[in-house]
Amino acid sequence: MSYQIVVCGGIAPDPLQTLEPVPGPALKNEMMLPHVFDPWAAHALYEAGHLAKLNPGAKVWVVSMAPKAKLQQVMMTVAQKLPFELVPLDGPPGGFTDSADVAEALAAAIRTIAGLDLSRLLLFGGWESATRGAGTTMQRVGALLGITEQFLAVDQLEVRDGGSLRVWERLEGGRQQVSLCSGLPAMLAWATGHLPEPPNHPPTGMANGRLLMPALQKAKPAPAGAGCTFLDVSLPKQIRQTVIVKDKPAAEIAREIVEWITQ
Amino acid sequence: MNLDADILCVGFGPAMGGFLTTLTRGLSEEGLESAAMPGLPPQVICYERADDISFGVSGVVTRARAIRASFPEFDPDAVPMAAPVTSESLVYLLDPHGASRRPAMLRAADGILKIAAEHGAIELPYIPGFLQKHDGFVLSIGQFNQWAGQQVLMSGLAQIWPSAPVSAPLIEEGRVSGVVLAADGAGVRGALTVVGDGPYGAAGRRLDEEFGLPEGHVRDEWAVGMKLVIELPEDTTLAPGTVIHTFGYPEPEIFGFFYTHPDRIASAGIFVPSWLENPVRTAYRYLQHFIQHPYLWRYVRGGRMKSWGAKSLLESGRRGEPFLAGDGYARIGEGSGSTNVLTGSGVDEAWLTGTQLAEAVLVLLREKKPFTRENLEATYVARRRTSWLERENLVAEKARNGFARGVIQGFLGMALAGFTRGRLHWPSGDVKRRTLKEYYSGRLSPHRIVEIQKQCAAAGISLHDALMDACGWPAIQYDGQLLVTHQDALLMGGKVQAPAGAEDHVLFRDAVLCEECRQRTCIEMCSGQAIHAGETKVPAFEREKCVHCGACLWNCPGNNIAFAAGPGGFHSAEN
Repeated sequence: MSYQIVVCGGIAPDPLQTLEPVPGPALKNEMMLPHVFDPWAAHALYEAGHLAKLNPGAKVWVVSMAPKAKLQQVMMTVAQKLPFELVPLDGPPGGFTDSADVAEALAAAIRTIAGLDLSRLLLFGGWESATRGAGTTMQRVGALLGITEQFLAVDQLEVRDGGSLRVWERLEGGRQQVSLCSGLPAMLAWATGHLPEPPNHPPTGMANGRLLMPALQKAKPAPAGAGCTFLDVSLPKQIRQTVIVKDKPAAEIAREIVEWITQ
Repeated sequence: MNLDADILCVGFGPAMGGFLTTLTRGLSEEGLESAAMPGLPPQVICYERADDISFGVSGVVTRARAIRASFPEFDPDAVPMAAPVTSESLVYLLDPHGASRRPAMLRAADGILKIAAEHGAIELPYIPGFLQKHDGFVLSIGQFNQWAGQQVLMSGLAQIWPSAPVSAPLIEEGRVSGVVLAADGAGVRGALTVVGDGPYGAAGRRLDEEFGLPEGHVRDEWAVGMKLVIELPEDTTLAPGTVIHTFGYPEPEIFGFFYTHPDRIASAGIFVPSWLENPVRTAYRYLQHFIQHPYLWRYVRGGRMKSWGAKSLLESGRRGEPFLAGDGYARIGEGSGSTNVLTGSGVDEAWLTGTQLAEAVLVLLREKKPFTRENLEATYVARRRTSWLERENLVAEKARNGFARGVIQGFLGMALAGFTRGRLHWPSGDVKRRTLKEYYSGRLSPHRIVEIQKQCAAAGISLHDALMDACGWPAIQYDGQLLVTHQDALLMGGKVQAPAGAEDHVLFRDAVLCEECRQRTCIEMCSGQAIHAGETKVPAFEREKCVHCGACLWNCPGNNIAFAAGPGGFHSAEN
C-alpha cells in the first residue's frame, strides 16, 4: 500500500541539563545550544521511514516548526537518516509555546502539501516532547484534520492484510492496550517505538538535500504562541532524600513515604 | 571523471567558515555553473565529523582582522558569547603550594617576586605588542562556528553535513579526486577537495602520508587545550571582554587563559604542551589547580561549571606546514600550519586561509581553469605568501625553539623572536622524553615511584594523581558545582556520544610495542579517561568516554596509535 505518512516534530536543545525557564515561551540560552530532532518525534520518524521502506511507493513528509536557521542545522543530520520531504515552518523554538497555536499551524501546513489525500493519511508525531510536555499537540492536529482514529503513547504498529492496523499503546504499570483500526486516516502519537536510530547515510542526505534547502529558504513564518503572556516562571523545586532499606514490607515503606511527604 | 559535486570540503571550523562564507558570496554574485550538474550553481558539500557544527570547545580572544574583513559591520551582539576586549593583562602566576617543577633560577626569582605579588601573582606592567589582542574580540568558537555556518546554509549555495566523518581523501593516480566517507566507505567525487579537518583529522593526515611534508618541515610540537565554561558568581566584578593571559602555573611550561563573555560567563583553560617533560602529564588535574590559583579563584569561587572540553593543537606553526595545494586538493586552517605560535593566535589566521582559497577558487571557476597544483599555487598559495599571515608566521617560525632546551630558554626565545621580528631566535634542540625517574629526580626517589606505581596498578587508579599528591599538590576539594571529578566533568560539561555499531576510532597498532612501553602516557593524559589499563598490557579503549581530543595520537612515544575518523564525540553543553 502506498502510504502517505506525515510526521510532525520540533527540535529540542541537546544536551538539556542547562536549560532554565525565562519569562516567555523560550528557555534561557536555548538558541545557543546545539539541537536535535525532538527525541519523541524522532521515534515516530524512524517508524515512518521503516514503514515506507517496507511499502514501495510510500512517502514521508516531515512537518516541523522551529526558527528557520536552527531547523536547517538540525535537518542536515536528520536528513541523512532516511528519505523524506520537509515542510518547514519558521516559528518559535520549543520552550513552552502554546500547543493549540502549534497544532493549528501544523495542520494548516499539512493541508498545503500538494497531492496529499487526507482521507488516506497516516499522521505520526511524538506523544510527548522533550521541551513541551503538554501532550496535546498531536491530538489537536488530528482533530483539526478530521482524524478521529487517534492512538497515544504508541509502542508498536503492525500493518495487517487488507490495510487494517494493529496498534499497541502504552499504559500504566508496563501494560499495553492493543487496538484494531480498520483503516485510514489515523493519528499515531508515538512513545519510544521499537526501532533504533538509523545510521547516517550521507547519500540519502545528499538526495534529501536537493529539496531540503529550497524548502527551508521558502519556510513560511508561523508566529505560534504570540498571544500568550507569561507572568512568572520558575524551576520545579526538588527535594531528594535517599534511604536504603532491606526486607521491609511494602506497606511499611508506603507509610514512611506518606509520613515524609506530609512532614 | 563523473562528479558527484564540484567542491567537497572536509571539516567545518573557522577556516572552512571563511572559505564557505567567501565562496558562497562569490557564487551568488557571479552566476557560475556547475560542472557536476550543468544548469545549476556549483555544488558545494562540506562534511563535518562532529554531530553539530557548534561543538567547538574553545573560548578564544582574537584580533579578528580577517574575520572583520569578511564582516566589516561585525556586531558582537549578533554572536552569543562574543564581546569586544575591554581589558587585557598578562599575569605571572606564582606557585602557592611549592609543588610545581621549577628550575632553580625560577625558584630564586619567585622568592623575590613574592614580595611584590598580589593574590599570588604579578601583573606585568607591559604586554609586548606581538601578544596584544586589545583591539579584538572574545569569542566562543562553538557559537561563532554556528553563526557563520547558519549564514552559509541560508545562502542555499553550500550544504554542511554534520555527523559525516571523512575517513580519507580519494587518491587516484597521484591526484585527489574526492573523499571516502567513513559511514559506508563510499567515495564521493569532486573537482576540488578542500581539507580543513584540523591537525589530527584523518583526511589531512592521509595526505601527509601520501605526499609527505616539504623539506625541513616537521610536526613535533603539540599541546592539549582543556577548558571550562564557568557561570561566574552573581556578584562578579568582571566586565565582559576581560582577558587574562597567564604563565608560570600550574607548571612553568603551561600557559593559561581566562576570558569573560557577556552574561557572567567565563572561559578558563590551559595548554599542556608536548615539551612538558612529565610522562604522566594530565590536563584535567592541572586545570583544577589552575582555576584555584588565588589570582583566579577570587573570581570563580562560587561559580558553576557549564561546559567542559578538550582539543589538541598543532603548535609547530609554519614549521609544520604541509604542501598547501596539489592536483585536486588544497589545505586550509590549523592543519595547514596557519597557527601563529608566537602571538598565540590561530582562529583568525585559519579564517584568512579559507577566504584566500575561496578567492582563488572563484578566479579559477571564472576562468574555467582546472584545480591543478600549478593553478592552485598561482592563485591560493600566492595569496597566502604575500599576506600578513605569512609575514607574521615567518617571525614566529622559530620563536618557540628554546622550549626544547628548557622553560627559561623558551620564554627568552619567544621574547628574542618577538622583539627582533624573527631576526634572532633561540637555537633549536630536541625535546627530551623523560622517564618518570628522570622527571621526578630530586623530588621522589625511584623506590617511591615504583611503590606508587604498584599501589595504583593494584587499586586501578590513575598514576598521575598519585604522583602529584606525593609531590605536594593538595587534594581537590570537590564542591559538586565547579570542582568535580574527571568523570563528572564528562557528564556535567556535556555528554559523550558514541553511536551504536560504529567501530573504535582509537586503535593500538602493534601489541608488542604496547607491551614493551613503560611510559603509558596514553593512559595518563587521556582527556576523557577513555584509555585505561586493559586486561593485557595493551591499553583498553572505551569509545563511550572519548571526547576526540586527539591527544593520544601525539603523546604515544612509539607512534603506535591509529586515530581514525569516527562519529560521535563530545557534545559540550554551552561553549
